Amino acid sequence: MSTDRKIILKTEGLTKHYGGVHALEDADFELYEGEHVAIVGDNGAGKSTFVRQITGVEQPTRGRILFEGKEVEFHNPVAAREVGIEAVFQNLALADDLDVPSNIFLGREEVYFNLGPFSFLNQRKMYQRSREALEKTGVKIPNLHNSIANMSGGQRQCVAISRAASFASKLILMDEPTAALGVQETTQVENIIRNLKERGIPLILVSHNLRQVFNLVDKIWVFRRGRIAGMLEAGKTDGNEVVSLITGVQSGVHENASYI
Amino acid sequence: MANQAQAITPDKPDETHKRPRSHELNALLGLVGIALIFEILGWMLQGQSFLFNPQRLSIMILQVAVIGIIAIGVTQVIITGGIDLSSGSVAGATAMVAMSFAQVSTYPRAVYPEWTDLPVIIPLLIGLSCGLFAGLINGLLIAFTRIPPFIATLGMMVTARGVAKWYTKGQPVSFPTDTFASLGQGMTPVIIFLAVAALFHVALKYTVYGKHTYAIGSNEQAARMSGINVERHLVIVYAIAGLLAALAGIVVAARGLTAQAGMGIMYELDAIAMAVIGGVSLSGGRGSIVGTLIGAVIFGVIISGFTFLRLDAYYQEMIKGAIIVAAVVADVYRQRMRASSR
Repeated sequence: MSTDRKIILKTEGLTKHYGGVHALEDADFELYEGEHVAIVGDNGAGKSTFVRQITGVEQPTRGRILFEGKEVEFHNPVAAREVGIEAVFQNLALADDLDVPSNIFLGREEVYFNLGPFSFLNQRKMYQRSREALEKTGVKIPNLHNSIANMSGGQRQCVAISRAASFASKLILMDEPTAALGVQETTQVENIIRNLKERGIPLILVSHNLRQVFNLVDKIWVFRRGRIAGMLEAGKTDGNEVVSLITGVQSGVHENASYI
Repeated sequence: MANQAQAITPDKPDETHKRPRSHELNALLGLVGIALIFEILGWMLQGQSFLFNPQRLSIMILQVAVIGIIAIGVTQVIITGGIDLSSGSVAGATAMVAMSFAQVSTYPRAVYPEWTDLPVIIPLLIGLSCGLFAGLINGLLIAFTRIPPFIATLGMMVTARGVAKWYTKGQPVSFPTDTFASLGQGMTPVIIFLAVAALFHVALKYTVYGKHTYAIGSNEQAARMSGINVERHLVIVYAIAGLLAALAGIVVAARGLTAQAGMGIMYELDAIAMAVIGGVSLSGGRGSIVGTLIGAVIFGVIISGFTFLRLDAYYQEMIKGAIIVAAVVADVYRQRMRASSR
């Protein structure tokens, strides 16, 4: 099925040590174009660490990251963004006191002409494009000039996702996007994710919620104690198998699980 | 769905347009209230009007203008979530240095007898560079050693005061040229204050610089993740604050025709008070130049009101302290209200 499809992201032996803590060991991961995958695992399994290496928030101790077939090294999140990788982080990376367009364009403001820090903002263009970005992701926010602080958790998360979705051309990573949200808001975020799938934008979703994972993604990558315990096709597996990989209770359920 | 959107839109803009302005509006209402109280007390206790006295008003505005210049810089520092305690000392040190290059040749004991009667631009540039230098050190320390702004600028406060005293071994520096003196005469300080305020109002509201200033104070982590060069930005903000403190020092010296090592003591706290009274949040991310402008006028009205009522200077200081604390308490409550309304 995926043999003729292009690999968007591939990691080889990706490893991250924090001093003596081996947060991530030899992760070999791949993602095909248009594919939505989930990363699941217990707390401390290395999921967020993995995401941080891919998005340039941290630099891996060892290993290679190949993006669209080329080896890449991201020294900061901006470098990752420049090649088209956007991330939505667990702790909302939004500035509370700014309004919606300011948040969506934070760090890449539209200006009239470039005068460095003293460039004048093209507020109208940012407002217009924010409006479009939110429409494209199906997010409804009554007034974009409200500061983010006055919005619900769901609205804030939607802004964060729209921000990522409107700039990401190649890949979006979401680290627990619905962890802090209510039922209705979670549904809204899930709809945005489906919308991304329709638009063919690949997604890596870190989630604790297995129901959500089965609903949304094509493949499930299971992390355990800093290693990739295995990959399962969402259509060909069930919750039990995933859980046993996560906990490592039932050994031998998957070929990769043998080295746990 | 379109209906829904339309139904929401008409009543929402009201709410939103009020929200960002509410601190300024509150401050403005406070200003009117305080002015009216003094007016009433004036008629009751002094038998005369407080407000309708051009001389009193112009003195009040002049008093406010110098510290107001500092407050414009301090406002930007506080919006990034920092604080600048060094402005008073920097103003003092700058005044000494600038004045020493502005002396007239007819004065026999000039600091640099061979450097007298210089064009005004020279002491002005030297003074401003001193302030810029102090601000740069503040900014570099805060951005790159990650020590709290409170400590970094406290160090600068003591150091700059030391420089001011060491520069002439405690001797005052006087007798400036007429052109230098003109920087502080008449309404010039007020014009400088308003020009600086207008400049930074535009910078904060309409430029990338302003957007990033608010973003850093609001969520430094988010700002960093978004690719904002937080370190560089902090250095710029503190450098501007130093520059404006220097400008204030030059104006004070020019106005008083003399510079002394003890000049500018407590200016930093008055400037912080103006900002906080004007709705600039000490936790960062919120505030505006317009707010600080109103805060400065409130501050001026209170001080000149007390003088007008012939209140003892000691009481004035005590009440000033209480007002600063009250403004911070109000800010804390605003934050709590906001947090609970989520």
